This record gives sequence, structure tokens and C-alpha cells, in this order.
Amino acid sequence: MRRLFVARLIQSLIVVLIVTTISFFVIRSAPGDPFSYDSPNVTPAIREHWRAQFGYDRPLLEQFARYVASAAHGQFGYSFQMHEPVSTALAQAIPRTLLLTGVALGLSFFLGLMIGVAQAARRGGWFDRISSSILIFFYSLPDFWGALMVLLVFAYWWPILPAGNIVDPVLHDYMSGWPAFVDRLRHLVLPAASLTLLTMAGISRYQRTAMLEILPSDFIRTARAKGLPERQIIWRHALRTALTPMVTMLGLLLPALLGGALFVEKVFSWPGMGMLAANAIGARDYDLVTATVVVGSVMVIVGNVLADLLHVAIDPRIRE
Amino acid sequence: MCSPICSTSRSIRGFVSSEPRFAPVVRRLLRHPSARWGLAVIALLVVAAIVGPFFSSYSCIEQLDIVNLKNAPPSWSHPFGTDQYSRDVLTRVLCGARISLAVATLAVLLSMTLGTAYGLVAGYIGGRTDNAMMRILDGCLSIPRVLLLIAVLTLWHPVPITGLIVLLGATGWFGVSRLVRAETMSAKQLDYVAAARAIGASDIRILWRHLLPNVASPVIVAATLAVGNVIALEAGLSYLGVGAKAPTASWGSIFFEGVEFFAGNWWVVLFPGIAIVATVLAFNVLGDALRDVLDPRQLHS
Repeated sequence: MRRLFVARLIQSLIVVLIVTTISFFVIRSAPGDPFSYDSPNVTPAIREHWRAQFGYDRPLLEQFARYVASAAHGQFGYSFQMHEPVSTALAQAIPRTLLLTGVALGLSFFLGLMIGVAQAARRGGWFDRISSSILIFFYSLPDFWGALMVLLVFAYWWPILPAGNIVDPVLHDYMSGWPAFVDRLRHLVLPAASLTLLTMAGISRYQRTAMLEILPSDFIRTARAKGLPERQIIWRHALRTALTPMVTMLGLLLPALLGGALFVEKVFSWPGMGMLAANAIGARDYDLVTATVVVGSVMVIVGNVLADLLHVAIDPRIRE
Repeated sequence: MCSPICSTSRSIRGFVSSEPRFAPVVRRLLRHPSARWGLAVIALLVVAAIVGPFFSSYSCIEQLDIVNLKNAPPSWSHPFGTDQYSRDVLTRVLCGARISLAVATLAVLLSMTLGTAYGLVAGYIGGRTDNAMMRILDGCLSIPRVLLLIAVLTLWHPVPITGLIVLLGATGWFGVSRLVRAETMSAKQLDYVAAARAIGASDIRILWRHLLPNVASPVIVAATLAVGNVIALEAGLSYLGVGAKAPTASWGSIFFEGVEFFAGNWWVVLFPGIAIVATVLAFNVLGDALRDVLDPRQLHS
């Protein structure tokens, strides 16, 4: 178990290094640089000055060496657009994205499991049919469009919740304790609900299939034969076994979840990694762009390692 | 249902190379209730995309009357309203169908080809090569696709539509090649591969004639689902302003240009959105149905 963990860790570390290197060179090899934008007000001399100031006039390999040195100091380069080390910008944005994706992931797993199990328990029944058609509709919604529709309905047509941002931009500073918490919560509801809705559909589809594969097995028949109540068979015996493939699903789900979060953040102006990345890309803030790509892949890798470990922990069959 | 005959043919399946026959699959698909819906919607969309723009009296990109028809709500002459540049939204949705469908189909063709080839080779060779190929794949899978696409499309702005197709295709094959590898690993153990090798078939021939047809079913299902996925993705990229570049209409770019004040002109967001959802839904339904039809082991749902 421990050896497996260490091996996975080393492997992941190598993957992260490779991803970092590749994204550094891909991004730097784009035509132009951060200071070559069109503007009549910026003279070539100023551009050269900026390039020299942020090291963009050096050969690519030297820039890479500087980047590695900066990364070794835990700064991951300097964001000229935010006037701070990349690590400072990330430290602000990452928790916000984790909050949004964490809430959405927890909710969608809970709801998705419930719905999937309920569907499989009465396969072909009215609940199964109706919820299946509704869920495949949600499953087909493009992330940003689903979020836009939620925004349109609950923030404009029936304005019960704030349309964007993480807290009230003006009033939050004057709040404390309970009202401040409620303000945060109110701003979290719409983005988290959109992301949940979009993620949940896939999970429940998967859970339904997993349950349907388990239900005909012998140990379920045994449980029925010894007269256990159906509820106990479904929720205790079948669900426990069907949870194992769901853990693998967790690892596969993360890239999609992060991609979805990017769009949801954009729609709801949620100032997390997605917004940070979008702004960095727009301003050609190369160090910051590289960092957001790397952070994205680190999140996916960490999620996958966790899913693997969890898989080993709950499934005794693969523990040797 | 059909025990003696089916079980015999099932056991023969392990011995002779069993390509799913085309005609029975189509027949079963047409009998599948939800597949009919999916196919009908897709057929309608393809026809609308091909002939629709010819029937419209407006142009895809030409501005009509920038004073009187700016952001006009839906009416008889403009059923989907007009956008902020006074263009007819219905016409743009029809033109956008061409771009969106063509981009998604070509990108998926590319990614399925790449993924199948990679997975077949990795699964067939096995051993160290397979291990190394899979580790590379793990790395590729961990890169956030959407973020990478946005970065590349922005930094190389403007990317022509062919570049968009290549990028979408080149970043979409990882999942499929895992699937194909797993299928190849189990298929190459079967007797018909050993039989083919015994009569002296070359590796290329075994891969092409015997293994490829046997991994085709999951690839077809994955491809169908991927088309819907890529349509949604392309729309998302265009919505961020980095997909199909203006004034070309794709379903995403239509509301990229209307989304800034979309509470005021919801029609610019709603109608192309419905087109996207209907298309993605149709491809998902069709993909599910294909899975039922092509994979007899799966439970019928």
C-alpha cells in the first residue's frame, strides 16, 4: 500500500514536471509577446524597456532557467499584470475555485447517487423514465449555456439571488458575523447549483448503470432469498458494491468538472482560477497562464491519486 | 429469449472474427424508440444546415438596418429576432449549423482515428511499450483541455477554422485510446487472432482485418457521444470569443456577440442555445441507443 502510494507520487511528480515544461514552451512560442499589442501610445523604446524589465528579451532557454529558479523559490514567476508573484495570485484564486467545485462535487455526488439508486431500484418505472429524460437533457446542456439560463431565470427574470461575484462588492465590507456569512452563501448558491446540475446528470447515469450491473448478481439473490427487506438490499448490499466504480468515476470526472467550473466562473464572475486564467490569457501574462495550466493538471492528478487510494481502501479485492 | 441459437453464435464469436454486420445494426437501430428521435433530429439539422441558408432571404453576415433592426425582438419577418449588428438570428443559426456540425464532425473523425490507432498499437504490442505509452497518455489526460484550448486559441489569434478542427481533434483522443487499448488487450487473447497468426498473417493484417473491426463498436458509440460534446465545447470556446472568429457564424459565436447585455435581448442567447442543446441531446440519445444495439452484453435500458 505504502509502496504503491510512493510510486504513484513519484510518477505524478514527473508528469507535473513534464506538463510544466511543455506548457512553458508552448505558451512562449506563441507569436508576439505580452508587450507587442497594438497601441499608438506605446513607443518601441517603452516596449523594449518593459521586455527588459520582465526578462522577455532573453533567449528562451534563459527564460526557462529563470522560471525554474523562480518556481524553486515557490513564486512560479512574476505576473506583470497583477504586479505580484504568481504564487500570491494563485493563493487567492485556488481556494475560491476549490470552494465552488468542492460544494458542487459533494452535492452532485450525493444527489446523483440517490437518483441513480432510486432509478435502478424501480427500473422502467415512472420515476426512472421521467428522471432519465430530464437528466439526459441536463447532461446535454453545454456548461456555459446552462449557467447562463440559471443566471437569466434566477437573477434577472425572478431576481431572488445575486447575479455574480463572490460577495457583495460594496456592502460586504460593512457586514460581520452572520450577515456576512449569509452574503457569502447567497453568492455561492447560483454558481454551485449550476455546476451541480451539470455534473449530477453524468453521475446518476453512471450510478444507475453500475447498480443495474450489480442487481442480478448472486449475493443479491441470496439476500432476497433470506428475506431481507428490499430497501436494505438496495441501500446496503447493492449500493456498497456499486460505489466502487463510482470512485474511479471521480478521477475521470475531475477534468470535466474543472472545465465546467471555468465557464461557470466566467458566467457568474466568480473570481477563481477560471477568471484568473481568462484574464491572464487575455493580457498574455505568460507566467500566470503557465501556472494556471499547471495548477489545473495538478488538481486532476491529485484527484486521481486520491481516487486510486480510496479505491484500494474500500475494495478488498485489489488490496494485495 | 433465444437461448440455443444465440449461445452457439456467441461461442462462435470467440473463434471467427466477428464484425458487427451493418444491415442488422441499422435495422435494430431503427426499431429502437429513442434512436429514431435522435436520428430524426440529426437528419433535420443536417438538411437545415445544407439547404436552410438558401431559403433565407437574409445573409449570414450582412448587416440589415443598423438603426431600425438593432436588437429587434422576434417577429414574423425575423422569427428569432435580430442581433446588435441588425443581422437576422434565424439565418445566423442556420449558417452556424454548418460550421458547428462540420467542425465537430471533422474534429471527432480526427480524434477517433488518432485514439484508435494509438490504443490499437499500445494494446497489441503490450509490455514496456504499452506501459510507456499509457504513462504518456496519463500526462495528456491530466492537462485541462478547455484551458489549454483557450490559451492556444488566444495566443495564436486568429486561428483559422481548420486550425480549430485540428486542435479540437488533437486534444480529444485520449479517452478513446484507453478504451480501444482495453478492448484490444482482451480481443487479442481470443482464438481467432491466434488462428490468424497461425496461418501466417502479418501484424498489420491482424490489426487491420481482425482487431480493428472488433474494437469498432465502442469507438462508434464514443464518437457519437463525442460529436455532441465537441459541439458544446466549440460553442463554449466561441462564447469566450476564441472559437470561430467573427463574422463567421457558429452557434457559440452568435451569442458571444449578444451575451454582454443578454437580459435585454434574450433571443440572441436562447435560440442558438436551443439549437445546441437539441443537437447535443440528439447525439447523446443516439449514442446511448447505439450502445444498446451494438453491445449485446449491456443491459437494455
